[in-house]
Amino acid sequence: MNDVWILTLLTIVTAATPLVYAGIGELVVERAGVLNLGLEGLMLGGAVAAFAIAHLSGSATLGILAGLGAGVLLAALFAFLTLTLQSSQVATGLALTIFGIGLTALIGQSLVGIAFAGLPHLSVSWLSAIPVLGPLLFEHDILVYGSFALVAAVTWFLSRTRAGLVLRAVGDSPESAHALGHPVIRVRYAAVLFGGGCAGLGGAYLSLAYTPMWVENMSGGRGWIALALVVFAVWQPGRLLFGAYLFGGISILQLHGQALGLTLPSQLMSMLPYAATILVLVLISRDGGRIRRNAPASIGRPFHPTL
Amino acid sequence: MPSSFTVRRRTLIGGVALTASLVTGVVLAPAAFAQDDVTKVGFIYVGPVGDHGWTYRHDLGRQAIEAQFGDRVETTFVETVPEGADAERVIRNLASSGHDLIFTTSFGYMNPTIKVARDFPDVKFEHATGYKRADNVSTYSARFYEGRAVIGTMAGMMTETDAVGYIASFPIPEVVRGINSFTIAMRKVNPEAEVKVVWVNSWYDPGKEADAAKALIDQGVDLITQHTDSPAPLQVAQERGVLGFGQASDMSGFAPESQLTSIIDDWDQYYIDRTQAVMDGTWESQDVFYGIKEGMVAFPDYGPNVPDDVKEAAETVKEGIVAGTLHPFQGPIMNQAGEEIVAEGDVLGDDVLLGMDYYVEGVQGALPK
Repeated sequence: MNDVWILTLLTIVTAATPLVYAGIGELVVERAGVLNLGLEGLMLGGAVAAFAIAHLSGSATLGILAGLGAGVLLAALFAFLTLTLQSSQVATGLALTIFGIGLTALIGQSLVGIAFAGLPHLSVSWLSAIPVLGPLLFEHDILVYGSFALVAAVTWFLSRTRAGLVLRAVGDSPESAHALGHPVIRVRYAAVLFGGGCAGLGGAYLSLAYTPMWVENMSGGRGWIALALVVFAVWQPGRLLFGAYLFGGISILQLHGQALGLTLPSQLMSMLPYAATILVLVLISRDGGRIRRNAPASIGRPFHPTL
Repeated sequence: MPSSFTVRRRTLIGGVALTASLVTGVVLAPAAFAQDDVTKVGFIYVGPVGDHGWTYRHDLGRQAIEAQFGDRVETTFVETVPEGADAERVIRNLASSGHDLIFTTSFGYMNPTIKVARDFPDVKFEHATGYKRADNVSTYSARFYEGRAVIGTMAGMMTETDAVGYIASFPIPEVVRGINSFTIAMRKVNPEAEVKVVWVNSWYDPGKEADAAKALIDQGVDLITQHTDSPAPLQVAQERGVLGFGQASDMSGFAPESQLTSIIDDWDQYYIDRTQAVMDGTWESQDVFYGIKEGMVAFPDYGPNVPDDVKEAAETVKEGIVAGTLHPFQGPIMNQAGEEIVAEGDVLGDDVLLGMDYYVEGVQGALPK
């Protein structure tokens, strides 16, 4: 029975990882004041690029880098349109999603039906020998470890570094930041590219590790889920991690429930992860003060440097 | 002066127009008549051609038509069309662009097909796995449950934990039929074995299917089978060292050691026959429900992990079904409460099978309504 729990928790980690990647990237982007609704397109771009390069080169590492690169490239397009050409962030983000779905389907046509070996599990030998926590925390592939490191790094960056402070300032009041001499557009560019890269890595995880294959539209709505998680987590990385794991956890547990013979309607079970995550996050974040402190005040509004 | 000039110009323009249309008509007429000799066949798919499952096999059928008839046919296909309003638009498009025969390859295209067929009485429609017909709408389906009986027999003989996992899509009669046929056959050779079902509420969602497979394997099943369209569950099985069965096509590329065998949908001959019927003018609306005997349900080579006695047992079941001596739904059959619902020797008729909405004994859990 112990074994089943550990195996289940391991599956939960894999289910949550793409959400963590996409979410943490989007969190940084939104903290800088930009609303990027194109996460689905970015994840799919990362997925198809990672799979294509990994398949052609035989190297998973090159695949991961390709996924990262594709995410950055697509995000650069978004950044140019919204930050330089000042187009509507919402419309451009949606267009990026639709574009990403179509473009990746086209590119991936010849990749469907090809199998890939998946990412190797990197175990830290003496650490994974620890009874319960060992296999749980130390038997993952590199992208899972990367997600942990990324969340830690972003938390530290946003709250403890000067650059993070500037980014938050840009998100809260770009006019003041501009007046103080900070390069608002450049900071936002950097944030958007970072967010794109993260989403690309999330997509790479989907096509290289989660289900090592390429199929059209394989992100299955995870980009939208990540967007919602960022908001419900009140733009705080810790809560985002919790929300992603809660969502992933309930998704897996409802399947286990069905396998155990639980007689609730399966449609209700499918709805459970969404309903539960929204409920929990809303309940723990209903403090208005917290929301005011953390919500980037200028999100979605284009910035025109007037001087 | 102006009036005669105008009349002359009008005459000139009229003359040029008349000549031009005559010339165009003469030049294009052969082409127009040539169009009539070419039979245009259209296909609408619910998934991508590269799904390596359901849609892939239908597209192979389309390619078989092209290979058979060469220049005498022209085929078109539209893939990944969601069931609903979009489907009607696409079907209408195909019907109004000169197609003589249209295959609508998913249950959910039923109502759009009937609607469009009413407006285009000269176009012939073939709807897969549906039950509504019209003078110009035929239905066709395959007795996949015969295939399930074969793999159920194999599963019963090969499971060591007596727990087998079933990844199912939607609780429609076709899927429930498959689960029941599999379970009945499995318990004939192994009365202790049980089937655990997980519903993913999608025909094609590799991530969810993989998660379902992981959940079932973590719960202790040592064999999995599926009624969803992607190779993801078998991939998970391969990774975890568990055995399984492919669905709709040969998925051994994704699971070389794990796949024991697969149920393959083979539409090639049926599609060729129907196209020939349209060309000959003998096409009539019919309802077709073919199985292993007619070649619509087929199997690839056995995987490397199938012992000889299991192969023999599977072949015996296939032969019995083809000969008509073995029926997957022949009594005695018990329902989940243990009551006998089909007596020894009786066989469930097609009408019951087509509306099946209950589990037989040996399936864990309750059927979602």
